[in-house]
Amino acid sequence: MATEFSSPISPLTPALGPERPVVWPARHAAKLSCGLAVMMVEQHRVPKLTLQLLFRSGNSAVATSHPGLADMTASVVRTGTKARSGRQIEEELRRLGADLSTGAGADSSAISLGGLSEFSQQQLELLADLAWHANFPAEEFERERRNALEAVRIERTTAGFLAGERLRKTLFGAHPYAVVAPSEAQVESYRREQLIDFYHAHYTPENAVLIAVGDFSAPALLAQMEAAFRDWPGGQPPWQPEAAPPKLQGRRVQLVHLPGSVQTQILLGNHAITRNHPDWLRLTLANSIYGGAFHSRLVANIREQKGYTYSPRSSAHALRRLGYFSVSAAVRNEVVAATLTEIFYELDRMRDQPVGKEELDDALAYLSGVFSLGIATQDGVAGQLATLLLNELPDNYLETYRHKICALTAEDVLDAARKYFDSANAQIVVVGDAAQITAQAATFGEVETYDAQGTRLV
Amino acid sequence: MHKLQIPIECQTLKNGLRVVVSPDRAAPVVTVGVYYNIGFRLEPRGRSGFAHLFEHMMFQGSENAGKMVHIRLINSSGGILNGSTRYDVTNYFQAVPSNALERVLWLEADRMRALHVDDENLRNQRDVVKEEVRMNVFNQPYGGFPWLDLPPIANRNWANAHNFYGDFSDLDAATLGDVQTFFKTYYSPNNAVLLILGDVEPEEGFALARRHFEPIPPGFPVPVVDVSEPPQTEERRGSVEEKFGTLPAMAIGYHAPARRTRDWCAAAMLDQALHGGRAGRIYRSLVLEKEIAVDTEGGIHYPLGDIFDCNGPIQMVTRILHKPEYSAEKTLAAFDRVIADVQEKPLGEAELDQVKVKFRSDFYSSLEGGLGGYVPRFGLMHYLACFTLFDNQPQLVNTILEDFERVTPQEAQSVARRYLRPENRAVVFRQLAAKSAEKLVESPVEKGSA
Repeated sequence: MATEFSSPISPLTPALGPERPVVWPARHAAKLSCGLAVMMVEQHRVPKLTLQLLFRSGNSAVATSHPGLADMTASVVRTGTKARSGRQIEEELRRLGADLSTGAGADSSAISLGGLSEFSQQQLELLADLAWHANFPAEEFERERRNALEAVRIERTTAGFLAGERLRKTLFGAHPYAVVAPSEAQVESYRREQLIDFYHAHYTPENAVLIAVGDFSAPALLAQMEAAFRDWPGGQPPWQPEAAPPKLQGRRVQLVHLPGSVQTQILLGNHAITRNHPDWLRLTLANSIYGGAFHSRLVANIREQKGYTYSPRSSAHALRRLGYFSVSAAVRNEVVAATLTEIFYELDRMRDQPVGKEELDDALAYLSGVFSLGIATQDGVAGQLATLLLNELPDNYLETYRHKICALTAEDVLDAARKYFDSANAQIVVVGDAAQITAQAATFGEVETYDAQGTRLV
Repeated sequence: MHKLQIPIECQTLKNGLRVVVSPDRAAPVVTVGVYYNIGFRLEPRGRSGFAHLFEHMMFQGSENAGKMVHIRLINSSGGILNGSTRYDVTNYFQAVPSNALERVLWLEADRMRALHVDDENLRNQRDVVKEEVRMNVFNQPYGGFPWLDLPPIANRNWANAHNFYGDFSDLDAATLGDVQTFFKTYYSPNNAVLLILGDVEPEEGFALARRHFEPIPPGFPVPVVDVSEPPQTEERRGSVEEKFGTLPAMAIGYHAPARRTRDWCAAAMLDQALHGGRAGRIYRSLVLEKEIAVDTEGGIHYPLGDIFDCNGPIQMVTRILHKPEYSAEKTLAAFDRVIADVQEKPLGEAELDQVKVKFRSDFYSSLEGGLGGYVPRFGLMHYLACFTLFDNQPQLVNTILEDFERVTPQEAQSVARRYLRPENRAVVFRQLAAKSAEKLVESPVEKGSA
């Protein structure tokens, strides 16, 4: 809380009433006979349900051999099965009032389906068909690959994407997390057989969890799940050893040249931790005070006071095996150096001085309140369950979160800031027009300049 | 068919403020929204972008809650807040643990009663808004496409045809006097609806609303502005240069039928048949079968909203990114073939049935939608507000689906023939910067937005 910048609180402000207890949604966990773990939460506000089949294998599983192949596989999964053509799948979805999305991130692949609850059985049958009997029609594969190629080209004209790609490369080096997207040549090199191999090795019941949230009766839905997924074969996928990320020493400044930019995307970051780490909530709290909320110091400073940017933000990113902390802002070209100066000023202030009581209490109340908002919608609950299951968090994570947050102190914030707001070793990326911003970037270190394809220019 | 029975209660305060309460006590959270019946369509001439800039000013301080105080009090109650500006409404909303309800109402009432901002606040937010525009439009591949590109080509009435994000010269020209005038003209209780959803008893919600909002004096009646479009007699075309993107693109917009008519219901079904996901005829033909396009999307009021949350001239829009080896004409011809099909032959019963199921399911999703999961009942709040401000019937949330269930194949075909005509549409091309010298457009090109 930027108390130094906020106007005083009026004595007319109504006090908060007594808190009503938060009741966490009842979760029904089960294991199907094929080995698939399921988690269900009933919510009856609208007659719909959401199904998410998540696999613990994403792009990082193939990053060293075929970057982006998990995502490509997920895209083609929906284009045909042994029993259904692509067109039949799409029309069936419409008949069930359902939306389907398939995709992959660094750590997981997902087939998500949400439709009318009266058609839960048909949706489970379709989901099982996609998870088990996709047949990767050659023509559909070629079309999706071409479209992915065009998407990759457009991606590399987007400042935000280029900044993220460069930062991840810098933070993670030879580790698979360094790669966020394939190059054009890599997309062109995909072969249909590679997708099929990935699908058979990783789309297995032992490697998956099924989340269901919505308007159903859990025992009845469980019976439908068992019927749909019975006899689904497959075991644990192979595990590839991963290279360690590099040790980062000192600040590094990299500029990605995007000619004609009228704004500069700033992104800087450093190594941090995963959600399983004992410091995770400390870091969450420190991040919230620094730049993770509307009322945070960074927003108050470079947006509400100085007007440099619309979009300042800091985030603690937890991938499954490694984490990182980042600060971002898209600013007008004239204030790149001024913004970086403020970003570091606020980072160092977090590291140097303990937060005051008022600011701490505000942040604790914020985190604990917002957590309960997140479980009041179907999407929010499904998201929380996915986080829980994919990160192997303890069963009582939801119930204990608020209590653990509220026990944190100013010492915890200082400790987390000193460990994870590593301003001396921050990896700085700026994406913009080199002619306009190189001199400003150079005040923070020697500037390495790259083009959008990742080729070093200067 | 499932019947929605969402509890809805309404009262009108002495100053004309309408209050809608929808209780649901399952979780101890409450969502509060204030919707004003003013959007970017009605901003003053010479002040393009002002409605949105003004929305930012509403977060800059009111008489009893100075700069950052509203934000701080909501966040430190465990809640979140935001606002947005659309064609016909501007909204302000917060989701909080329900023990903060009175605090939220006090804050919203304070800024409805007495906005308290100065030149420094205006300068600051003008800078912030410019960075917002640079980020979302000027520095983004396909930025503003087509929501900023189409209106100036499709429309002739300034209300519908100007730059809704604002020309920077107009943003620079805005004064504190403009802010106060706009506030007095449009931000009165009689031009607004207050919505309270979630963990609240209706009597308590109304009592708190009266306590905090009833002392606010009513404003003058809001001036009536003519937003109608003169009849269009020939196709309109324009082009805009694409600075970053690597694929040529186009958008086609047809003027849609007026709200709450039979044509409007039929158009919604037709829209779903054309644009509904990958089974939609346009995606299926252009992306999956002919492989001319890489992606297509669209809908009525796309991409800012849907048929329910606008109240004036609006387009049914299709956005196409196509492969460079296909010309713009060839791509448009493939699109026209899809349109000709729905004009020549009525939708089959099976297709229309599927479309109705999907439309119903999408409506439920909208009601449940929480802006990414953190604003419970955002979608329900949004529809309740629009049905109150535009139709004076919030209860329509529970019943309006019935109007769409009755659409016949013949009605949909008739709408396709009468509305999806070249002389009722505008086409805008995004031409790649390097190729913009080539002549891709055959018909007379009108001036586009830049």
